[in-house]
Amino acid sequence: MNALLLELWPLIWIVFKVICIVAPLLLVVAYLTLAERKVIGYIQRRLGPNRVGILGILQPIADGLKLLFKEWVIPTKSSKFLFIIAPILSLVPALLMWAVVPFTQEWVLANIDAGVLFILSMASLGVYGILLAGWASNSKYAFFGAMRACAQMISYEIAMGFALIGVLMVSGSMNLKTIVMHQAGGVSHWFVWPLFPMFMVYWISAIAETNRAPFDVAEGESEIVAGFHVEYSGMGFALFFLAEYANMIIVSALAVLMFFGGWLSPFEGFKLFSGAAVPGIIWFVLKVFLFLFSYLWFRATLPRYRYDQIMRLGWKILIPIAIGWIVIIGAMIQFNWIEV
Amino acid sequence: MATQEDQKALLKKWFICWTLAEIRSGLHLTLLQLVRPSVTLRFPKEQTPRSRRYRGALALRRYPNGEERCIACKLCEAVCPALAITIEAAPSASGQRQTTRFDIDAFKCVHCGLCEEACPVDSIVLTREVHYHFDRRGDNILTKEALLATGDRYEAQLAQDRDDEEDYR
Ligand code: SF4
Ligand code: SF4
Repeated sequence: MNALLLELWPLIWIVFKVICIVAPLLLVVAYLTLAERKVIGYIQRRLGPNRVGILGILQPIADGLKLLFKEWVIPTKSSKFLFIIAPILSLVPALLMWAVVPFTQEWVLANIDAGVLFILSMASLGVYGILLAGWASNSKYAFFGAMRACAQMISYEIAMGFALIGVLMVSGSMNLKTIVMHQAGGVSHWFVWPLFPMFMVYWISAIAETNRAPFDVAEGESEIVAGFHVEYSGMGFALFFLAEYANMIIVSALAVLMFFGGWLSPFEGFKLFSGAAVPGIIWFVLKVFLFLFSYLWFRATLPRYRYDQIMRLGWKILIPIAIGWIVIIGAMIQFNWIEV
Repeated sequence: MATQEDQKALLKKWFICWTLAEIRSGLHLTLLQLVRPSVTLRFPKEQTPRSRRYRGALALRRYPNGEERCIACKLCEAVCPALAITIEAAPSASGQRQTTRFDIDAFKCVHCGLCEEACPVDSIVLTREVHYHFDRRGDNILTKEALLATGDRYEAQLAQDRDDEEDYR
């Protein structure tokens, strides 16, 4: 018995760590929905939800319960197996990506060398959930949404990948932890400075990649109702919702790790306040929240792009900029203008 | 041939486009709105202010001694553009003209306020009240009793409003 427990112990330990990551993550997802409604409300000089609990603090729980108790309607002419599996397929990759994210120097579930590659491949898997959802629903709006989402996500993945290549070139590693450690030494050492155009390309394509405003043609409430998840109700809809927000968070976390020094304090090397007293996880969470706020801020500000404009932006502007800057980075490394 | 002005305009356009100037100014604007106070009223607790001349629910007033003001002159009935008012009159016990029936069909009434203007004795008035409803069919016919009850309920406010408006009447 004891021997068996000893053998299983690593497994139990890993499961425990997974729970430690996923539980807070889902909590953040839930409260991100509230934050979104609040922030957009305040920007429009409204109050946002404020009836459930103090300042609407229990609103996400009420929403969750409501969705849980609603019927999951499955259209008669849908492809039932795919219809049911699609939301799962879009949520799981969004959660899987967290396996390789280093929260601090020690806190990382799987410190694999090809971390960036893993994240990129999981991000591309997410599109299958959307594609299958749109196709399996057997509804024209869902199909339109899925087609748009696919075209958009595939195009922007390229720009996003190229933008990350810049980081890989400068840091010389695909391991997220090594990439962050390369940026040690305060704000001025963060990769966002030498790679600023790359960061812009990354962030714009990240927003497009997560199908968020102003690139939310896949959902396009005002034109194709709700896009790919128009036929989903109850928990199916909730899973898509979770996946969208989980994706937002992972993409923000990736931006922080790649360009903004991950868990490192921005004040390293300053005499008065080095920030070393603050645990790394706090810096990490703070930076991620800043990016999440910018998501909401953009949504409240920018109108939706037209479909062909999105394609033009992706292929004719972002990808050439990214490729061009890769060449420039190459030259800079060759002539030792930036340390590698 | 592009003139120098054209080139300058093109340069300016490029500058605006590549520095994302328009998007940045938009973001700046929304950020400003974020920190400004909200204009929402928490409705049941707070309400928008209403003017002294607000034309809300109809009411009939009394004199301070409790006597009905209405002298059954039927001017309001005559002026009402929606033909919402029906009045029947007979001499009262004290020998005065008094209404025996004073019905206003609230569904016909358009809250124009002409009856209030026509009334020589300030009897029929429109209160500030907007939150009222009818439970049953037929309740939309406001009887004399209902109108007088409304008047009694808001008398303090009505008298105050009329005093404040004295200079303009
Ligand atoms: S407010 Fe106008 S419509 Fe209504 S009863 Fe008076 S005169 Fe008639
Ligand atoms: S309410 Fe005024 S206008 Fe109408 S009948 Fe009575 S006194 Fe005349």
